[in-house]
Amino acid sequence: MELSDHLFRREAGRMVAALTRVFGVHNLALAEDVVQDAFCRAMEVWRMRGVPENPSAWLMATAKNRALDVLRRQRTARTFAPELGRLLESEWTLAPVVEELFAANAIKDDLLRMMFSCCHPRLSEEAQVALMLNILCGFSVDEIAGAFVSSHAAIEKRIARAKKIFSGSKRLFDVTAPAEFSKRLPAVQRALYFLFNEGYHGASPETAVRTELCHEAIRLGVILLDHPLGGTPSSYALSALMCFDAARLPSRVDASGNLISLFDQDRSLWDQNLVLKGLKLMELSASGPELTEYHVEAAIASIYSTAARAEETNWQTIVSLYDTLMTICPSPIVALNRAIAVAQRDGPERGLEEIAAIKDRDRLSAYPFYAAALGELELRSGREDAAREHFRTAQGLARNPMERRFLDRRMEACDRPGNGAA
Amino acid sequence: MSEFTFLYRGSDPSGSPEQMQKTMQKWVAWFKELGASGHIKDPGHPLERTGKVVKGNQKSVHDGPYAEAKDVVGGYTLIEAKDLAQAVELSKGCPILEVGGSVEVRPIRILNM
Repeated sequence: MELSDHLFRREAGRMVAALTRVFGVHNLALAEDVVQDAFCRAMEVWRMRGVPENPSAWLMATAKNRALDVLRRQRTARTFAPELGRLLESEWTLAPVVEELFAANAIKDDLLRMMFSCCHPRLSEEAQVALMLNILCGFSVDEIAGAFVSSHAAIEKRIARAKKIFSGSKRLFDVTAPAEFSKRLPAVQRALYFLFNEGYHGASPETAVRTELCHEAIRLGVILLDHPLGGTPSSYALSALMCFDAARLPSRVDASGNLISLFDQDRSLWDQNLVLKGLKLMELSASGPELTEYHVEAAIASIYSTAARAEETNWQTIVSLYDTLMTICPSPIVALNRAIAVAQRDGPERGLEEIAAIKDRDRLSAYPFYAAALGELELRSGREDAAREHFRTAQGLARNPMERRFLDRRMEACDRPGNGAA
Repeated sequence: MSEFTFLYRGSDPSGSPEQMQKTMQKWVAWFKELGASGHIKDPGHPLERTGKVVKGNQKSVHDGPYAEAKDVVGGYTLIEAKDLAQAVELSKGCPILEVGGSVEVRPIRILNM
């Protein structure tokens, strides 16, 4: 029996979610210990006796048995999940109750409960995402620090603080209360999108690391869709958007780790399965009266992802979608992307005008792709010197070596007049 | 062919789930390789880290063994190899060596009557 990729990591999330449900949110650390213990047992036994037929079930059964041990041994010294109360105190009910809580369906809800609990309103988005990665996705502090290009100490502190707030809440989030659910849903969606973008645009130089973050976000999105209250049109739109963008991941970076602009990407590398999945999800998102930013962004991404060649992109539609997006959630970044689409439609000079007209343009000054966009449009207008200056500014702001190398090559393009193509 | 035991010492498995899975997969690969080349007589068993130690004429029973973590035998395997040199060579593939553990290679003495 071979272990599937990331099985331990995935199972860590499922086990800790189930155990926290049984032990109570204040015993998160205990749940994590039991998970670690289950992995140690698996290691010791499997490495000699081979991996069992169903490794997930083995791990879950080990965690369950260990949970029963702990509950029996510590029930007088500790309090466990308050909502289970006396059920855990009597031998008559203990085993059947725990058995029920470890059933596959119960665990699916536990994951969702955990996801919502991690998006505690007192936590920043960064903290919510770090907590989700740690608890639900089984990433260690070091792995999260690597993905966020942050120091071990900074992430450790962020997670420790988040866990304190998490464990301090009286109980896990109640996913059966519709009003509460809808109130927190936007925060959960934002956190998932944040996680996805951290992978998509993030600073980690390792493509593999970033791809994993994207896929974790998609995976958590599926858990959300599987729940009757979670599968809202906006959740479908968010999942669609993530699928479209993820479809292009294989071509965003070439074999030597260079960032490739959308126009130059090898479109044959795009994951057509994900594009199809995205289209299906987008269809499901088209119901109800609400048009969210996810709907519009998914629509834009779908146009990029379904154009067989860059020249076939329908810029007219993209510009009007950006117009809509500007009415739903106006921001300088959205305006910049809109201006770039206008440039594609009407030429670089028009694009530059649009950029010059962006309100709060100064808020873009630290964003490398603002200067890079100016450089690109100046270059296409035949003003190489101005373009080079903008690329130089962008390079000073670049967040990682990959972005720096990309801008290097754009500066080189300025030395070859007439070579405006990205 | 002669028989040997590999005694695995030390290395409490720890780390992130991903790291543990990677270590685990190395063991599986190593065992597969040993098995494919016909060197495994018995894959053996893991041993619990603690049990009892019975001592002396009084047959006194103690908890234990309380050796240092790095000295505790965590499991054993029965290996078939041409000679000690080959068995030692085979042991060098053991992933426990990468995490500060050790493999003790001991020939099994067979009585020739």
